[in-house]
Amino acid sequence: MSDTKGTGDMSAQAAGAKGFFLPGEDQEAFAKIVEKYPTKRSALMPTLWLIQDRHGYISDEAVTWTAEQLEVSEAKVREIISFYFMYRDTPQAKYVLQVCHNISCHIMGSRSLIAHMEKKLGVRRNETTPDGMFALEGVECLGACGMGPCMQVGKHLYEHLTPEKADEILDGMRRGELLPADTDRDLED
Amino acid sequence: MNRDDYRILSKRFGTKDGHKLSVYESQGGYQALRKAVGDLGPAKVTELVKESGLRGRGGAGFPAGVKWGFVPKDADTVYFMVNADESEPGTFKDRFLLDYDPHAVIEGSIISSFAVNACLCVIYIRGEFGWLIDRTQKAVDEAYAAGFLGENILGSGYKLDMIVHKGAGAYICGEETGLINSVTGRKGQPLIKPPFPAVSGFLGKPTIVNNVETVASVPFILNEGVEAYRAHGTEKSAGTKLFSVSGPVRNPGVHEIPLGLPFRDFFNDWLGGMAEGEELKAVIMGGSSVPVLTAEEAMNTRLDYESLAEAGTMLGSGGMIIIPARCDMVELIQVLMHFYWDESCGQCTPCREGTGWLHRIVRRLRRGEGTLEDIDLLDKVCGGMAGLTICPLADAAVMPMQSFLQRFRAEFEALVHDSKQPGPASRWAREFRS
Ligand SMILES: Cc1cc2nc3c(=O)[nH]c(=O)nc-3n(C[C@H](O)[C@H](O)[C@H](O)COP(=O)(O)O)c2cc1C
Ligand code: SF4
Ligand code: FES
Repeated sequence: MSDTKGTGDMSAQAAGAKGFFLPGEDQEAFAKIVEKYPTKRSALMPTLWLIQDRHGYISDEAVTWTAEQLEVSEAKVREIISFYFMYRDTPQAKYVLQVCHNISCHIMGSRSLIAHMEKKLGVRRNETTPDGMFALEGVECLGACGMGPCMQVGKHLYEHLTPEKADEILDGMRRGELLPADTDRDLED
Repeated sequence: MNRDDYRILSKRFGTKDGHKLSVYESQGGYQALRKAVGDLGPAKVTELVKESGLRGRGGAGFPAGVKWGFVPKDADTVYFMVNADESEPGTFKDRFLLDYDPHAVIEGSIISSFAVNACLCVIYIRGEFGWLIDRTQKAVDEAYAAGFLGENILGSGYKLDMIVHKGAGAYICGEETGLINSVTGRKGQPLIKPPFPAVSGFLGKPTIVNNVETVASVPFILNEGVEAYRAHGTEKSAGTKLFSVSGPVRNPGVHEIPLGLPFRDFFNDWLGGMAEGEELKAVIMGGSSVPVLTAEEAMNTRLDYESLAEAGTMLGSGGMIIIPARCDMVELIQVLMHFYWDESCGQCTPCREGTGWLHRIVRRLRRGEGTLEDIDLLDKVCGGMAGLTICPLADAAVMPMQSFLQRFRAEFEALVHDSKQPGPASRWAREFRS
């Protein structure tokens, strides 16, 4: 799933700086972004999203490429990556489990949910399992406060979590299967 | 009145395929836009919205039509931005609007853009709402295909483009100048006002930022008229409002109510009271940034801008957090202080350092290492932050902190007196991502 981790289509043609690849369809998407935004710099955030959705993170090469394409300094690109929590500049675990630890979810039991997941995965909050499969993150409010506790994995938001439901989801992931999330219904059309 | 008579914004919630253009149009969708670009024109639209008394639903409650009126009449380029950053803890209403009724948001956005003669409308959605961004983009594509966006909208000669912009995880981008900076491709750090964005905003041009719920209220006002809108609410708080309710009540979720409704009625009739075995202790009425009320104070107030101000709090975003008796208030404020410390953009010393101090002092108390002086110190630090920063994030941290101290001081003091014995919660207190 490109939204949990992109492995990338490296066969596509090279574009710009030092061997950084974006497949053809993404090149088209990039051209559209630049056309849509009124200045090149304002296209920076969507461009970084395009890269991260494809590759799972934003590499040094990607920074150089982006800076060249959008005519901003590399420092400005890095500044954006470090300011915004969701941009990542290192390869990520296959499943990044983001559990809300803010107030409403806290009231509804996110603390014991996180403790349960720590035990099950054998890691502490903000650590990654040694096999690179799971990263457990405590995050701020996910906008599902009335349906908490909740957990986000890429574009998928799981609501009304209990330790049992979390177990099912994690076991599914171990089998390489992403159980349907509460927001997935919205993707159908 | 029946509860369904109040459903202006939420009437399509739960309708099958309500997010599709065909369904929206079959229920009278885009008629308000036809009216606006057809007979009314920008000035009349602004006037009607002013008369309706519609106030911004993003937190500050500023009258929408008045804000639009600040755009200089001779401006060559104007931008409109719809704030769907929705990161205020306790708030999840804009997500429901975009999820179940994206075309109402889009129609409202087009009409609002038209009212200020904007050439580009940006819908800024927080990055965590990945699925919602896809859905909204689909709806925008549909609107383009139907001729509601792009060149010569409905033959009126008006041209508007619309971008769905994805945030990337920063609470501060909800602040309007932070949001504008973010769309520009910069860090989402707020700017000193004035100049206000209505005069100089995105790329130095006049820019109006409105909340999702604010723009979604506009089609009803044009379709049904100012009086129909004013039939709900009070003199100063016109219309209906979405409340996002979290915590252990029987019916949490998004509820639409006429402003001015007594909290007691909302709590009993809409929310169904507390869930089994829970008892009400306190309520945060308008998102985590507003002062907390005790259960008794809450029960004696009404849900509108002026009553809540009188009660010592704010309507804010309508993110209502119900706090049950079993909760430790110091633990909850620790969660919140961690949040504000984490989200401070770091430009202003009182905010950057102050949020960190508040967070660390509360943590010290929770570890059983605090003193009575620490409690006074919390107050003192708050005094050095409020009103002294570029944006209101510092105040947003101070308001809950001070109100928790004021109303639940005994719980802070109990931690000091018990300091010889670390409480059961101390393991967590120590580890809370510090
Ligand atoms: C720290 C901070 C966060 C904010 N977050 C949001 C938000 O997520 N959504 C929102 O609509 N307004 C938010 N606001 C308020 C906006 O600055 C602005 O007042 C609002 O979007 C204006 O729209 P309105 O007049 O329609 O309410 C925030 C303000 C501050 C200071
Ligand atoms: S008050 Fe805080 S969040 Fe706002 S501009 Fe200053 S440092 Fe940034
Ligand atoms: S507090 Fe957890 S989603 Fe809002």
